[in-house]
Amino acid sequence: MTINTINESLDDAATDDHHDHKMTGIKRWLYTTNHKDIGTLYLWFAFIMLLTGGALAMVIRAELFQPGLQIVEPDFFNQLTTVHGLIMVFGAIMPAFTGFANWMLPMMIGAPDMALPRMNNWSFWILPFAFAILLSSFFMESGAPNFGWTFYAPLSTTYSNGSTAFFVFAVHIMGISSIMGAINIVVTIMNLRAPGMTYMKMPLFVWTFFITAYLLIAVMPVLGGVVTMLLTDTYFGTSFFDAAGGGDPVMFQHIFWFFGHPEVYIMILPAFGIVSTIIPAFARKKLFGYSSMVYATASIALLSFIVWAHHMFTTGMPLFGELFFMYCTMLIAVPTGVKVFNWVATMWRGSMTFETPMLFSIAFVILFTIGGFSGLMLALTPVDFQYHDTYFVVAHFHYVLVTGSLFSIYAGAYFWLPKWTGHMYSETLARWHFWCSLISVNLLFFPMHFLGLAGMPRRIPDYALQFADFNKWVSIGGFAFGLSQLMFLAVVIKCIKGGKKAPAKPWDGAEGLEWTVESPAPYHTFSTPPKVD
Amino acid sequence: MNRGNQTWLMGALLFLCCSYANLASADTQLNLTKGVTAVSREVYDLHMLSLYICIAIGVIVFSAMFWSMIFHRKSKGAKAADFHESTKVEILWTATPIIILIAMAVPATSTLINMENNDNSDVTIQITGSQWKWHYKYFDEDIEYYSVLSTPRKEFENQNGSFDGNGAAKGKNYLLEVDKPLVIPANKKVRFLITSDDVIHSWWVPAFAVKQDANPGFINEAWTNVDVPGTYRGQCAELCGKDHGFMPIVVDVKTPEDYDLWLKEQHVLTAQAADAEKASLGLSMSKDELMKLGEITYVAHCSACHQPTGLGLPPTFPALKGSVVATQGAIAEHLSLVLNGKGMMPPFGKQLSLKEIAAVVTYERNAWGNDTGDLVQSSDVKAASEE
Repeated sequence: MTINTINESLDDAATDDHHDHKMTGIKRWLYTTNHKDIGTLYLWFAFIMLLTGGALAMVIRAELFQPGLQIVEPDFFNQLTTVHGLIMVFGAIMPAFTGFANWMLPMMIGAPDMALPRMNNWSFWILPFAFAILLSSFFMESGAPNFGWTFYAPLSTTYSNGSTAFFVFAVHIMGISSIMGAINIVVTIMNLRAPGMTYMKMPLFVWTFFITAYLLIAVMPVLGGVVTMLLTDTYFGTSFFDAAGGGDPVMFQHIFWFFGHPEVYIMILPAFGIVSTIIPAFARKKLFGYSSMVYATASIALLSFIVWAHHMFTTGMPLFGELFFMYCTMLIAVPTGVKVFNWVATMWRGSMTFETPMLFSIAFVILFTIGGFSGLMLALTPVDFQYHDTYFVVAHFHYVLVTGSLFSIYAGAYFWLPKWTGHMYSETLARWHFWCSLISVNLLFFPMHFLGLAGMPRRIPDYALQFADFNKWVSIGGFAFGLSQLMFLAVVIKCIKGGKKAPAKPWDGAEGLEWTVESPAPYHTFSTPPKVD
Repeated sequence: MNRGNQTWLMGALLFLCCSYANLASADTQLNLTKGVTAVSREVYDLHMLSLYICIAIGVIVFSAMFWSMIFHRKSKGAKAADFHESTKVEILWTATPIIILIAMAVPATSTLINMENNDNSDVTIQITGSQWKWHYKYFDEDIEYYSVLSTPRKEFENQNGSFDGNGAAKGKNYLLEVDKPLVIPANKKVRFLITSDDVIHSWWVPAFAVKQDANPGFINEAWTNVDVPGTYRGQCAELCGKDHGFMPIVVDVKTPEDYDLWLKEQHVLTAQAADAEKASLGLSMSKDELMKLGEITYVAHCSACHQPTGLGLPPTFPALKGSVVATQGAIAEHLSLVLNGKGMMPPFGKQLSLKEIAAVVTYERNAWGNDTGDLVQSSDVKAASEE
């Protein structure tokens, strides 16, 4: 603490001219190169996208509330599922994690800012344009993309509607944004760590973002490539995915999932980092097996490159291919299991309290594990023939992405809100948000397992009568979950406006450099690096 | 967690249990089907094995968590221990899962090898998906036909006045019924060669544990050997455009004797249809007859895209009402479009009879105020198809 006070006063002396160099109004946000401002922008953007994607999902659930076509036409239904998926993946989860990276990484490694601040501004500000382009296609004559977020050819090429080019360019821009963000994270972590902070002394949060950034750099160009091939197949007469011209529609799926599988780890590894920060803080006990956590994260990342075809078991792969991808996929359960066991061991014989960040983290561990179980079942090729493209898969990836990634984001947001705003959030309101979300999310996604096992295919606007009961419950859960998220908005706005003054370290078990600066964190922190030993 | 929250949690759990119990009382299916083939039963066993393993691991892990949450809380005066590493434990919980995984991989591998053995089949059927119907072709039998959803549109458009989810106005097999099911013999190895005419579809019958993608330009293999005669239903399992939810699969499994009878009957019907085609060439149908048959054919085969109103769903599916093709263009061009297709429009030359095509083109040129007065006869269609 004393060293820190000295740092702060040095800061003030050294950066006096900086402090007033903050523009006012909209210009502050447009021109900002400050990692905290950009982090805030990313987080707000992600939340707006979450509500947008959620609104689309609620229309989907309204249509599926009962059998028959009530609200939307089948083609528009397909547009809704497609854009819902794209927005949640590229607009909500990924930017939210980039927001955390921007806000927290420099403060956790004792850096004054991200290494490439101007690029940082650019990588955020192209995002709203990407989503404006994507969403604008709803208002075009042809309608929005309607071929699913996985955009399998030739449904997305020869048989697509007129808005494919808008979709392709939107994805290009999202990809550029992600790659720039990832480069920034890698460069920052490699170059700006405080003296004494060796790699194996970095908080696990930093490790997970470091590894995720490498995954992004590796696979986003693949996504860029595949959408470009899609573009030329659709508009310039190439035949990458058209058998009549010597191409292969299944090759599309290989390229897409070579991006797509690492992509799902891009959306979960940072969640591991957040939860691994929060559980020790509220168990008041060091994270169990730090180095095994680092190795497990790295192994999951490496394995993610050799399991992509488990999304394609029904495409007619040779037996050897099916066996290879089944075994590799099953292997992922090992490092993932290590992580779960380590979290439980961290809680074991701790001295636990259950503030909202901890509640969301515990829910994360349990519900993510349920998603992991269904993932393991899906890995078994013969049974996957039954599960594939049913609601069992929908249940699986929503458990992993909603009660996994999204819950970790909420956990992190509550954990660091005092640091971001300088105020304590309302614990009562936050618990309401947690319990409403927890109950409704399970009502929403758990029955989907049964629907899938009973044989309901995904992406259908209407269904046979035996699926009616569960769909009704699922829809009710969906509306409740959607509305519960407005409580989060209320908590955040209330917290920004005021509330109990937050001390520098509001959680007595928390560790890390970010808690050594005052709350709210000053506009510039660590202009002089702290010393870590 | 304070007392209030505990009450909350109990209430929530109770609510969930009640709602599931309530659901289970209806004839709602909760688990995977066992199916009616040796393979599907193996798949079911594998599913149950993996489910039980997951439940067992879940019970152990979650019990430890809840134990810890109940007893290791600060409010109960728990003091944090300071262990945070143990190589022994780490090795234990890396090795144990590997052993469990091997126990799952062994039966999975043998089932998979069995599923992928397509040799020595008794019957071979080519299955072709297209937007949004299935086509079945029996090798060595000269039998082929399309299989299309037979649930009336008014049922899913809720035009029967009923709006309740219990389907008072909807049939028992709502969305899972077709005009002509696939017919296969029981206790024979039936091999399917699966492909597509347009986008990717996926042929799935849960009771057989067969799900295989239909890829345009490529042929996939699958097989089944059904023990129990009966009717089995499935659906397309790969998003294939607008009516993906409306292309069911129905398989009628007959005893080998009944299957042979069915084959004979089909040969007779095929011969009769050929005769009818020939006869229709000399026939001159009246406008009323043409319009009547035309409307029936149009509703069954064209209205999904061009809509019963003829207004289509532009820009993807163009309107026919007042369109250039159906009003100003030459009849020959109109016929060629229907017979051979173009772009997203599928060819109907093989799917419909000469009479039906004549009728539907007449209908399209005279319905919805198109009023060209043009009449098309089977002989015109025949001439157009030979060009």
